[in-house]
Amino acid sequence: MSKVAALHARVLKPESHLIEQEPYYEPVGDEIALFEAAYASQIPVVLKGPTGCGKTRFMEYMAWRLRRPFITVSCHDDLTAADLVGRYLITDNETVWVDGPLARAVRCGGICYLDEVVEARKDTTVVIHPLADDRRILPMEKRGELLQAPKEFMLAMSYNPGYQSVLKELKQSTRQRFIAIEFSYPDGALEKKIVTTETGLDAENAHKLIKLAQMTRNLKGNGLDEGASTRLLVHTAKLIQRGIAPRTACHGAIAEALTDDPEMLRAINELATSLF
Amino acid sequence: MPNEPLTAPALEDRLDDLLDAVLSSRRTATRLAEGIAPLPRDQQDFVLHWVAVIARTNPEMAYQFAAAAPRALAMLDLSAAEAWIIQAMDTYDREGLYPGSQVFKNAAGFAMLARGGASAVTFEEVAQVLQLFICGLSGRRLRLDTAPHGYTDTETIFLPSRIALRPARDENFVIYKAMATLLWAQVRHGTFSIDLGAACAGYADPKRALDVLNTLENIRLEACIARTLPGLAREMQKLRGGKEQPDPRSTLLTMPAASVNDSVALLAEVYAGDMAPAHYIYVPTLQPEQAAAMRNARLAKEKAEFQSVLKHMLEQKDGSGSPQTQPGERFAVQAFMQLAADGDTNHELLLDSEPVAPPGNVVQLMDSILQDLGEIPDDYLVAAGDGGYRKPGHQELDPADVWKGVYHEQGAFFYNEWDHKRRHYRKNWCVLRELDVHPGNPDFIDATLSKYAPQVTQLKRTFELLRGEDKLLKKQPDGDDIDLDAVIAAYADMKSGMELSDRLLTKRHKSERDLAVMFMVDMSGSTKGWINDAEREALVMSCEALEVLGDRYAIYGFSGITRKRCEIFRVKLFGEPYSAAVRRRIAGILPQDYTRMGAAIRHLTTLLNRVEARTKLLITLSDGKPDDYSDNYRGEYGIEDTRQALIEAHRSGIKPFCITIDREARDYLPHMYGPVNWTLVDDVARLPLKVADIYRRLTT
Repeated sequence: MSKVAALHARVLKPESHLIEQEPYYEPVGDEIALFEAAYASQIPVVLKGPTGCGKTRFMEYMAWRLRRPFITVSCHDDLTAADLVGRYLITDNETVWVDGPLARAVRCGGICYLDEVVEARKDTTVVIHPLADDRRILPMEKRGELLQAPKEFMLAMSYNPGYQSVLKELKQSTRQRFIAIEFSYPDGALEKKIVTTETGLDAENAHKLIKLAQMTRNLKGNGLDEGASTRLLVHTAKLIQRGIAPRTACHGAIAEALTDDPEMLRAINELATSLF
Repeated sequence: MPNEPLTAPALEDRLDDLLDAVLSSRRTATRLAEGIAPLPRDQQDFVLHWVAVIARTNPEMAYQFAAAAPRALAMLDLSAAEAWIIQAMDTYDREGLYPGSQVFKNAAGFAMLARGGASAVTFEEVAQVLQLFICGLSGRRLRLDTAPHGYTDTETIFLPSRIALRPARDENFVIYKAMATLLWAQVRHGTFSIDLGAACAGYADPKRALDVLNTLENIRLEACIARTLPGLAREMQKLRGGKEQPDPRSTLLTMPAASVNDSVALLAEVYAGDMAPAHYIYVPTLQPEQAAAMRNARLAKEKAEFQSVLKHMLEQKDGSGSPQTQPGERFAVQAFMQLAADGDTNHELLLDSEPVAPPGNVVQLMDSILQDLGEIPDDYLVAAGDGGYRKPGHQELDPADVWKGVYHEQGAFFYNEWDHKRRHYRKNWCVLRELDVHPGNPDFIDATLSKYAPQVTQLKRTFELLRGEDKLLKKQPDGDDIDLDAVIAAYADMKSGMELSDRLLTKRHKSERDLAVMFMVDMSGSTKGWINDAEREALVMSCEALEVLGDRYAIYGFSGITRKRCEIFRVKLFGEPYSAAVRRRIAGILPQDYTRMGAAIRHLTTLLNRVEARTKLLITLSDGKPDDYSDNYRGEYGIEDTRQALIEAHRSGIKPFCITIDREARDYLPHMYGPVNWTLVDDVARLPLKVADIYRRLTT
């Protein structure tokens, strides 16, 4: 019993959780300046880009840089407005109001990051509208209150235009409230630097990994929905650093992660064996 | 005794029956029978079986097969022989009688490639993987196809149809991979950037010169591959059987800066000498003429495309089209090293000395030009042209004209068809196109609606009940609001000492019907008359019901005559509202020709798969068996092909269902759709009412 009990994860309150260590982030363009200007002007930001290209890392970095609490909400199709704003719960014969993550972020002047916002239901995304324009208020209908956001508060969200289906499109009224920063995979040299810095992988293997990533990105639209992301490369590099043979690492961390189609799997493995 | 070989006269009798159409008094089956008679019984049966199968497609092919079979069976085992037959039949399907019968005559060639039996790797097995592999390697998309020898025309990579040179399957696959990569490298690393034919023309024996040049290029390209794909280079070395001493003269070619010009220069030096053309098993050949023809056509096309893109970019920048005349005045291309290690350079387009980001397709275009020329020449950097490049003489085609000219396959969809006798697909066998239904008289719709007025009201009411609406669920363990009734009840319970329930909340629940349905309507000639009327009425009623329900639905009709003319008629697309135009199209559904169901199902499966829905239904309204004009589709062949198409649909996640009025449906529909996925409406008059009702049952 004691052995298990010793493995406690740390419990953190989101509103008091500040990122203390500087997250590793390589700027690709002038996204940092853009974000800071948006923050100073109190305009919300949407990050667009494929999965694993550094959107969330960028947000962490900015939260660290601006020294604000960082609250992430992963959106899904069951996410209701109450999940964001808050709801009444009953304890001790009483009804008690409990803030949702968005309300908490507003109260503590943090950065609220709605990850994969297109996954949320349309009626849910609408509740952020008054908060996302110059009113900057969060109506809490159940309490009959309006929560005025302090100037430190910022709203940010991400979405991946790549796999957007007709069913999951961002409403114009939502998207036009945001400043958009586009992310894509960094170019070869930078991506190599990221992989080596994150994992300590040697330059030669890192170079081959980048090559492989570019090859899989060539396959996008030819059977792959997305090429290998920078995140996948970092995973692969970590496996290689742990002593896994590069071909095995590529198979597990890239090929199998990208597809289930046997022929595509084989093609990616052939590309990997040609490189390593 | 069943195992006793058949005698020549007995065989001749059978062959006379099977090949009747191509035999005459001067061409009898006697010689064929004499050839087959010495074979053991199982081989005789094999030959007779396939003669029968092939004769159904073409008796002359069957004759050629019977003539070639005895010799072939001496060289091939039965499974290889089957592959040989399928290749011949595929060739026949694709190119016609003469090329098809050549494959039968050239059994020895097939046997040579097929040597090794079980370890052989066929093009078909590896094509998809290699296609993806090559696509991953390069920017330019190269097609793959088969040819007796490996070569490329810079747009298509041709590979042998079967490789069995090594005893292990893996090694044979590596041969394919090495060959394909070398051919890719020929295109990528500029082997065809100069006129190879001219380079070899000055020699006494241009053929030998080309051969030596191929060897030199191979040394150069393998060095390129070794730099970028070291893993593959190791595998190729293994195939060569270890490390050989490189010819000292060729060291220059292995330098990163080496180009095809160095190979040509070296050719002059080594041509007379003893440098033997090295023929490693994976080395492809050079076909300069084909490559040059393709390249020139592409260069002209891409130049025009590139210039028109530049013009477009200028217009976007300046707001008006001020065509410039001087090359290099405003546009420039700048090269920069991207990943220094393998010397790959990237090129950047500059407009007024500032880098501009061209759209994705232009990047590919630039890449393609760079592969051909090594640079973007100055005369390319002139904005010109007016939109897309048109081949001289190329005109817009009207789909209605397709049957008039020779270009009848343009703009059509191709679908495989299952030949149950061969147990293989006939590739790209059916040519299908989408057509519009000529709008009919809208009075029909009104007449139907008034005829069934009471039933329509009833139907709508039934379907309204099904409609997914927000429901307030009470007494939930979690939810968005407090269920006061439950709280009060719980409070009372608690006071009286009972257990406190935790189900105190209300929750809005939206039961969404995530469903897409495709109606596939039989428009064959046999529906003429009241069946057609009933079908149209059924569609009207179903649309009324579906509109209430809010499910996504599409309606397509199908018909056609022969495999070259399968037709799909658009009545209502997914996403199209149930408008007056759609109503008129429903009214305009008329009996056409035959029912080649396989191709129609395959096409509609493709369309339905583009729709995102949890449940996808393909509902066929039919009046009988699959049938087509004059090419064996009637009967078992058609049923088996339809069944196969339905299996494919099912595999891709679609639920097929059939509503039929054919009273004999019990004999074949369970085989095609499965025991429960069909229903028979034996009273045609009731079809309009039943279809909506069946749909309701299916989806609740």
